[in-house]
Amino acid sequence: MSAVPKPLLSLRQWRVAFGANEVVHGIDLDVAAGERLALVGESGSGKTVTALGVLRLLGSARLSGHCWFDGEDLLQASEARMQQVRGQHIAMVFQEPMTALNPLFTIGDQLAEVFLLKMALSRQDAWHRCAEMLRQTGLTPVDRFMGSYPHQLSGGQRQRAMIAMALACKPKLLLADEPTTALDVSMRGQILDLLDTLQRETGTSILMITHDLNLVRRFADRVAVMEDGHVVESGAVQQVLNQPNHAYTRKLVDSRPQRHLAEVSADAPLVAQVQDVRVSYRTKPSGWRGWFSAGSLLAVESASFELRQGETLGVLGESGSGKSTLALALLGLLPFSGQLKLMGQSWQHQHSADLNLRRMVQVVFQDPFSSLSPRMTVEDVVGEGLRVHQARLPPQQRQIRVMQSLSEVGMTESEFPGLLQRYPHEFSGGQRQRIAVARALILQPRLLVLDEPTSALDVSIQKQLLQLLQRLQAQRGLSYVLITHDMQVIQAMAHQVLVMKQGQVVESGPALSVLEQPRHAYTQSLVQASTPDGPRL
Amino acid sequence: MCGWIRVSNLTDPGRVWQASPTPARRAWSRFKRHRLGYWSLLLFVAMTVLSLAAELISNDKPLLAQYDGRWYVPMVQNLPETNFGGDFDTPTDFLDPYIQAQFAKPGNWALYPINPYHHSTLNYFAKEPSPSGPSADNWLGTDDRGRDVLARLIYGFRVSVLFALALTLIGTVLGVFTGAVQGFFGGKTDLAFQRFIEIWSAMPELYLLIIFAAVFDPSVGLLLILLSLFGWMGLSDYVRAEFLRNRQLDYVRAAKALGLGPWAIISRHVLPNSLTPVVTFLPFRMSAAILALTSLDFLGLGVPPGTPSLGELLAQGKSNIDAWWISLSTFMVLVITLLLLTFMGDALRDALDPRKADL
Repeated sequence: MSAVPKPLLSLRQWRVAFGANEVVHGIDLDVAAGERLALVGESGSGKTVTALGVLRLLGSARLSGHCWFDGEDLLQASEARMQQVRGQHIAMVFQEPMTALNPLFTIGDQLAEVFLLKMALSRQDAWHRCAEMLRQTGLTPVDRFMGSYPHQLSGGQRQRAMIAMALACKPKLLLADEPTTALDVSMRGQILDLLDTLQRETGTSILMITHDLNLVRRFADRVAVMEDGHVVESGAVQQVLNQPNHAYTRKLVDSRPQRHLAEVSADAPLVAQVQDVRVSYRTKPSGWRGWFSAGSLLAVESASFELRQGETLGVLGESGSGKSTLALALLGLLPFSGQLKLMGQSWQHQHSADLNLRRMVQVVFQDPFSSLSPRMTVEDVVGEGLRVHQARLPPQQRQIRVMQSLSEVGMTESEFPGLLQRYPHEFSGGQRQRIAVARALILQPRLLVLDEPTSALDVSIQKQLLQLLQRLQAQRGLSYVLITHDMQVIQAMAHQVLVMKQGQVVESGPALSVLEQPRHAYTQSLVQASTPDGPRL
Repeated sequence: MCGWIRVSNLTDPGRVWQASPTPARRAWSRFKRHRLGYWSLLLFVAMTVLSLAAELISNDKPLLAQYDGRWYVPMVQNLPETNFGGDFDTPTDFLDPYIQAQFAKPGNWALYPINPYHHSTLNYFAKEPSPSGPSADNWLGTDDRGRDVLARLIYGFRVSVLFALALTLIGTVLGVFTGAVQGFFGGKTDLAFQRFIEIWSAMPELYLLIIFAAVFDPSVGLLLILLSLFGWMGLSDYVRAEFLRNRQLDYVRAAKALGLGPWAIISRHVLPNSLTPVVTFLPFRMSAAILALTSLDFLGLGVPPGTPSLGELLAQGKSNIDAWWISLSTFMVLVITLLLLTFMGDALRDALDPRKADL
């Protein structure tokens, strides 16, 4: 047994391949007992696959190398042994707690099942242990949560339940795959605190997979950086993040967007004047009453702001706060009440009457994969606006305009041969987002509504896109309404900020002063949760 | 001017780049990789093309003839018997042994189609009483009225396929249109249409067919109308669901923000992305249409009497159980046709499955 290394988990020459395509290329990784290791990388770097491979949960993938866990090579273990290991010795917490919980059983049932199956406790004992676990994870009153179904819980509560299930058998190692990514910013800190307390109490090792360097700084002891299936750098958190050696780590650390904004003069023309805009959705009351009457849900309550040429308004809020609804109202795609004047005009909600305004107000959406029609070429996608607004433009002229617009967002024929004839599926998320910007720019709009334009992108790509937006603003005097939940994006981009919570504007003002001295408790919690040098746990 | 140069660069043949295949082209290459489905398609198309030229393959008039030094095209000409040494001024019966003897004389000849019978040919000079079994004269035998079974199968297949194509086309156009309207506009339009479909689909289709068959003269056109009236509903549900899903995607919102009108959004954005179920169902709808026509003919509610049809042949096979060649050969034609369509449908479904990777 002398060859067995000492750490709790030790990967040696660890390879994962799907068919002929190898995605993890022989990495070495150690997790000591009681240690918190963060595995950092962008999407597609192979970090999740590495963790799932340890549990041998990858189905058709080919694994090779050694996976020493507590003196045993898990790659050689039988499937029956693996079933024992999973849950009892190594547990996992997933990114999206809604899909990881069975919607048909209560939290209590699912948690008790762990005790019944893994620890062979009697029903009554299992129930007591469940209550104890829920109390530890902060799901009180316990009785209520024992009888709740997953859909009755909020995202943060579901993640707590998942953590309770994962830690039920007191595993030696917890694999946490982006445990806070799907949660709202203010919830992230709480979950992190919870993991911290539990780790201190139980001494479990934690392998945390994440792309968020703030989280690494606050939580982990050591960090390993993955790029393209290789571990390029590893070591103590302070050392790696403060003095990165590898170029890729430097790129990650530097991916914090910089603020390069021109000041807006007070006499710049007004682009948007919004007074008391309210948007409500019709809903159906439950039960028989839904047959006869319609209820309404107020999604945005009296939002007001003014936006000048060359200025950016950041709309900050968590999911469900009504910020995307406000965007759709600005675009005239939803009925609303209140005063909304864009360039002195307002929406008529009538196709031909609104055409002129449509040209001046454009939009870029969050998800680059659903925002481009998969059956249209890049030329068709980008040139679409011209077909509507300058229908008589000859095709050659239109093609030139399309190429100009694409080169403005940094996409040229020389870099992507046959660019115009390509289809969206051939581009990465960041490139698709550029195409979406080109589509909006071709009409030379004056106001661009950006609905979470960077949240689906990797950090280094985010920075590039934000720089592009800053450059376009400086060149063209564009005004942006930038909707985001990311404090860093606001910090880098916004002149003005509007903080929304549950449909209400809780705070607004110049971006920097709001971020420095938030007055509302909600803004304070947001700012605190995303401060890079936040309290170390 | 600079822009012009860049555009001409695009079409410069010296540039090395491979035009990326369109999504449809990629689906087609996936379809071709599905061997069974691809060969089924080729065979089915070949069978259809051959049956469209049925007059050249199976006909009781020669394609070309020379008699006493003069050329005739009996297939398209109406030639009295007197032309060929007969006694009467009636149309020539080329199966008549006397006429055949005339053509056998030196210098005279006639080029007959492979199968020298039309679907309506009554062979007055048959050697055996009808129905007669397979022989050198009638390769698949004759039916109970002495008509050649092979000829009737060829013409019957043609009627079935053309009918199925027409029915599929009408049903698909109607289904896509109604589904698109429901799915795109949603709300009250959708609600009203859905209730209408529920009521409409509760109508007893078969009774209506029986009633109409009694009131009107049966004809292929009438059948087409009646079956089309009910055939669009299944498809419209699928199209509606696709539209409901696609119309709220971001690229549709972006198109609205660009100022496109509703019809432009439907035709350029939503429709092309909603056609997968439509295309996948095409072969299955064809086979359902062939089967529907065959069943109705079998029951005697279908095409007018005398029209060659697979269902009518099956009915004959049933009433002449001893004449196994009628039912067996018809059965084989039906089985092969439906199998080919099913294989094609399977291959199409695989080809259009977005989860299947291109190799």
